[in-house]
Amino acid sequence: MLNKLIFANLTHRPVRTLLSVLAIAVEVTMILTLVGVSHGTLDSTKERARGIGADIVVRPPNSQVIGTLSSSPFSEKYIPLLMQQPHVELATGTVILGIGGFDSMTGLDFPAFNKMSGGFAYATGGDPVSDDDMIVDEYYARQKHLQIGSKRTLQNHTWNISGIFTGGKLTRIGVKLSTLQALTGTPGHLTQIYLKLNDPKYADQVADGLKVTLHDDQIYTMDALMSQFSISNVAMLKDFIWVVIAVAVIVGFIVVFMAMYTAVLERTREIGIIKAVGGSSGLVLSILLRETLLLAVLGTGVGIVLTYGAQALMKYYPGNLVQETVYIWWLYAGLIAVVGAMLGAIVPGYKAVQQDVTEALSYE
Amino acid sequence: MSEGGVSETQPMDAAAPIIRVRGLTKTYHVGDVEVHALRGVDLDIARGEFVAIVGSSGSGKSTLFHILGGLTPPTSGTVTIDGKDLGDMGNQQRTDLRKSTVGFVFQKYNLLPTLSAEDNIKIVEYIGGRSTVFTPEFEEVLRLLGIQDRMKHKPRALSGGQQQRVAIARGIVNKPAILLADEPTGNLDSQNSAAVLGLIKDLNQRTGQTILMITHDPEAAAYASRTVHIRDGKIV
Repeated sequence: MLNKLIFANLTHRPVRTLLSVLAIAVEVTMILTLVGVSHGTLDSTKERARGIGADIVVRPPNSQVIGTLSSSPFSEKYIPLLMQQPHVELATGTVILGIGGFDSMTGLDFPAFNKMSGGFAYATGGDPVSDDDMIVDEYYARQKHLQIGSKRTLQNHTWNISGIFTGGKLTRIGVKLSTLQALTGTPGHLTQIYLKLNDPKYADQVADGLKVTLHDDQIYTMDALMSQFSISNVAMLKDFIWVVIAVAVIVGFIVVFMAMYTAVLERTREIGIIKAVGGSSGLVLSILLRETLLLAVLGTGVGIVLTYGAQALMKYYPGNLVQETVYIWWLYAGLIAVVGAMLGAIVPGYKAVQQDVTEALSYE
Repeated sequence: MSEGGVSETQPMDAAAPIIRVRGLTKTYHVGDVEVHALRGVDLDIARGEFVAIVGSSGSGKSTLFHILGGLTPPTSGTVTIDGKDLGDMGNQQRTDLRKSTVGFVFQKYNLLPTLSAEDNIKIVEYIGGRSTVFTPEFEEVLRLLGIQDRMKHKPRALSGGQQQRVAIARGIVNKPAILLADEPTGNLDSQNSAAVLGLIKDLNQRTGQTILMITHDPEAAAYASRTVHIRDGKIV
């Protein structure tokens, strides 16, 4: 019976209910999209790193684990030096150039890289042949509407698309190492170096040895590097997520506060009626809180649906963002929406509870 | 609650008044001004009586209604309802009184606009902790009130007379010991007024329900078995 009353109250003012639900939905979508993009970006980065086939990576000093590297401090002379280390079977270096946003392009020594990784799996085309050739993954090609033979201008250089590969390997955009070195004014230098061992079981031992030899540089086994790909290791991201959650809670609070405050004012007489026929203050409060809970649950549901919409939109929106569905965050976002909504219902609820029956019954 | 409204936990002497009021006063504070709405009311109402409290606007009859219904506490004096002293009651006890002992019929019907007529009645049963399935006896009451085929309609789809009949059904569905009616025909035309008053009287005669009706209309008061006049906060 009470649920019937709550449902009837919400459907009695459909526009207000719809707006409240939508506002909570936007709050939920905001959280789920941010978390989804964060996880998507990190996981795709992790997947690409795993696809390299290396066992150890040597990175510049003071570089962040997650984030685009931009300097090229290593001389190519490191390569033969590293090849002499015990158990090292293969070494190859890359140059990375950030091209804005989350995007970067990578210069590769294709023969060496192919030997290490097994080569790119091309949907069409193949490795760069000329210095102006560029390969991109299918995701990037779809976003930028690129085909074999398409021209793309990056860093004041016009590139010819020579291959579109299936992704999941090192980078989204690859060019010849020497070309990018020339373009960045760092001929003979590398951003990072990958090592493949004759047996991966020696990875920790070799990495420890290298840390002694190259004490200024960052040496990671690939397993250690993978473990670093988490939101908590991205300096600003975790804080940013908390800020978004706080904003979401405030939005939920304000929306529900306004909706419920108006509802309590509008339903003054009805609250009086319920109290007059024996309804306790607790019952009145329970009705309001259940209405609020229903709004929050509906808003969460709609928010999840909208998140899928954002995800679909992001596949075609030119921003090179990958959004994952992080199911556990449905629960977290729902709880955040409920907390914000319940906070918003406190003052209206108190007002309803405090209403004098006789005054409420005479309310026009 | 047994038939006739006597509390099961506090058996009453059938001859004792179901409502007993002694030296009742109520003073409101409007800013710095004290308004003495009731100035020492003494009143006894026997079980099964249909009493009309008649008075002009501002006489204190609505204040008396609110106090007897446990909607507002008295300033001083004693009020005993079905053996329970209102003066000893806190908010929760007064809520319980409204839930189980007193039913209301208001001038403006006061039905919940979002619920159907049926649900307006059933929510009182729900609040009272009773089954929300109408008994055959109550179905008979609905037929007596002439609203049995209007149960699925919301208040806005009912006429004033029909709404007031729904309000009467709501007021008695929990079999309260006392039905308090505040100007029940105040918003009705003469034809509907006569019908509603006839139903209230019929209800009193058929079920022995104690009914206290507040009115300013002598014609309405004529339906009651006894009329009590109130003026300037005193019974005259």
